[in-house]
Amino acid sequence: MKRILLATAATALIAPAAHAQESVNVGIILGFTGPIETITPNMAAAAELAFQEANDSGLLDMQLNPVRADSTCIDSAAATAAAERLITADNVAAIVGADCSGVTIAIVNNVAVPNGVVMVSPSATSPALTTIDDDGYFFRTAPSDARQGEVLAEVVTDRGIDEVAITYTNNDYGLGLAESFTASFEERGGNVAMTAAHEDGRGDYSAEVAALQASGAQHLMVFGYVDQGGRGIVQSSLDTGAFDSFFFADGMQGQSIIDAIGAELDGKVVGTVPGSDNPGTEAFYEIAEGAGFDGTTSFAPESYDAAALITLAIAAGGSADRTSIRDHILTVANEPGEEILPGELARGIEILLEGGEVNYIGATDVELVGPGEAAGNYRVYEIQNGSFETVEFR
Amino acid sequence: MTDFLNAFVLLANFVIVPATAYGAQLALGALGVTLIYSVLRFANFAHGDTMAFGTAVAILFIWLLQAWGVSIAPLPTALLALPIGILGACALALGTDRLVYRFYRRQRSAPVVFVMVSVGVMFIYNALTRFLIGVDDRRIDDGERFLFTVAQFRAATGLEQGLALRTSQVITVVVMVIVTAAVFWFLQKTRTGKSMRAYSDNEDLALLSGINPDRVVRITWLLAAALATIAGVLYGLDKSFRPFTYFQILLPIFAAAIVGGIGQPFGAIAGGFIIAFAETAFTYAYRGFLGYVLPEGWVPPGLVQLLSTDYKFAVSFIILVIVLLVRPTGIFRGRVL
Repeated sequence: MKRILLATAATALIAPAAHAQESVNVGIILGFTGPIETITPNMAAAAELAFQEANDSGLLDMQLNPVRADSTCIDSAAATAAAERLITADNVAAIVGADCSGVTIAIVNNVAVPNGVVMVSPSATSPALTTIDDDGYFFRTAPSDARQGEVLAEVVTDRGIDEVAITYTNNDYGLGLAESFTASFEERGGNVAMTAAHEDGRGDYSAEVAALQASGAQHLMVFGYVDQGGRGIVQSSLDTGAFDSFFFADGMQGQSIIDAIGAELDGKVVGTVPGSDNPGTEAFYEIAEGAGFDGTTSFAPESYDAAALITLAIAAGGSADRTSIRDHILTVANEPGEEILPGELARGIEILLEGGEVNYIGATDVELVGPGEAAGNYRVYEIQNGSFETVEFR
Repeated sequence: MTDFLNAFVLLANFVIVPATAYGAQLALGALGVTLIYSVLRFANFAHGDTMAFGTAVAILFIWLLQAWGVSIAPLPTALLALPIGILGACALALGTDRLVYRFYRRQRSAPVVFVMVSVGVMFIYNALTRFLIGVDDRRIDDGERFLFTVAQFRAATGLEQGLALRTSQVITVVVMVIVTAAVFWFLQKTRTGKSMRAYSDNEDLALLSGINPDRVVRITWLLAAALATIAGVLYGLDKSFRPFTYFQILLPIFAAAIVGGIGQPFGAIAGGFIIAFAETAFTYAYRGFLGYVLPEGWVPPGLVQLLSTDYKFAVSFIILVIVLLVRPTGIFRGRVL
């Protein structure tokens, strides 16, 4: 961190003398205090690493100068004030952030869209952000929770199944998944016979299972947690013979369910978890290590990608103009073009400045769909012989 | 005919068998609550956590037995560890009485003070249990898990619907019957039991007749702790052990005790089964059942579910409120709370 700051300061001092470059501020608004304060330092370091890479290349006729602000993750008023400061006082060209969905929605609505500033969130996953009225200024490198529902619907229908029952853990995560799955499953001609919530931490789930079984469906979608009610539901279903085919969302993947239930699960479970077999992830871990921080912590790769997208969009538009950044993010994120991995930003900038096209792959296999959010890559697995066997990537 | 058999098996598998096991666990818990209430005259909120503590001690001993390689397969090791769990809970209950409740008894505090004290004790037990064994989910159902499984039942009978009977469910009901019979025999036939009933009926008269109140109190705590541990271990065996669920089960246990008539041992048993069957029967979706029973074309398209399973706990409270309004003494004429 110190090295990056020093380097930034040094280049900032030397550069204007050499090229008379302008210095452009970019905001990084993350919850440096609050519930996710343990992972945000690495997220910020990852974002700064991407800007640093661009500065070091010397190809842009400007210096990108990251400015940090605290979103607190939970306090919308504080986050809005911090974002106001970034935009009015620091005059940032774009913002990496925010992190948690609640404060992100607040900033998009109150500050970013009214002022016309691009935000690229690395970690806000709420489905509500998909439909937010953002004039195209909001992007995210994390997939919406709704995406997993679609992937699961594809997985289920591809197996020729047209009727399921759903049980979900009674919170925003479970409900969001249940809703998005139901929507895309019905779009594909499927029928959800029953949707029932379950509470976590109960001792007994036989009543829930009995009701689900009575729906007549043969397959059960379990959108819960592996160490909580989800496992109780599966155990009770197997014991009473109510279901012997299950589909798990990401919260259900964990060795503990195999340890607890054992061989009975073999061949009965298909599930999805976020993941890709992308070479960019390893490349990112290496440059992160070189820069002196741990890139494997949650959302650090997404943060690098968010900053890289802003950098490439500046290069593609040839200016740090806020609207120009907005208009170029999707073109650098998606096909067609030369594929760019972490650590190759200089090459990407060079191609763009020569008028070519790039397709930024980055650390998380970035592909922005719909209103500018990560398509999301999921690993589909089956439980076979007491372990999770990868079937495919979607 | 086959249709009716299928309908019955379906109902048995999803309503009758689970509700019977659950009812037996509630009944044992409610029996302990009712004993404390009738002798010591307060509603003991710490009962659920006494269950958790006793079970935690039993689980520690189960692990020790497993490490030694001792087992009574096909029965679960938990049965072997049960007496140790009971000893642990008894020591805890007597210790608490000595340190806490005796003070208030000497002060002749009002019952509501005792209730509040028991809430405090509940939180301490809560912490003690977590300290002892942690908050994680533990499974203790080793040995043979099933008497017969759904697949075996289908193969044997050729019916479309299957029925599973778990060892833990059978053990629960058998143990519950034995324990209840023993408690009733103790209360009705032994000298100590009679002195407890006398003390419960009229404290001053009992003292005049030469009954030692300290002894009665001690025995009541021992009985309640033993009942709590048995109920707790059976519940843990049938479901799984997690300290938090014992805190939750306290509410249906109280409902069972009050519905049956608090202070009435027989009422506690009846209340346990009433609450358990009501919770399960009101939240069950009857479409599959009606599909077998009704003629073709009469089967309703919906799930025929009275209440969503989300409202499972609400059912016991609706019954509780109705009973308190209509017959405040409970079904078997207990004391009015």
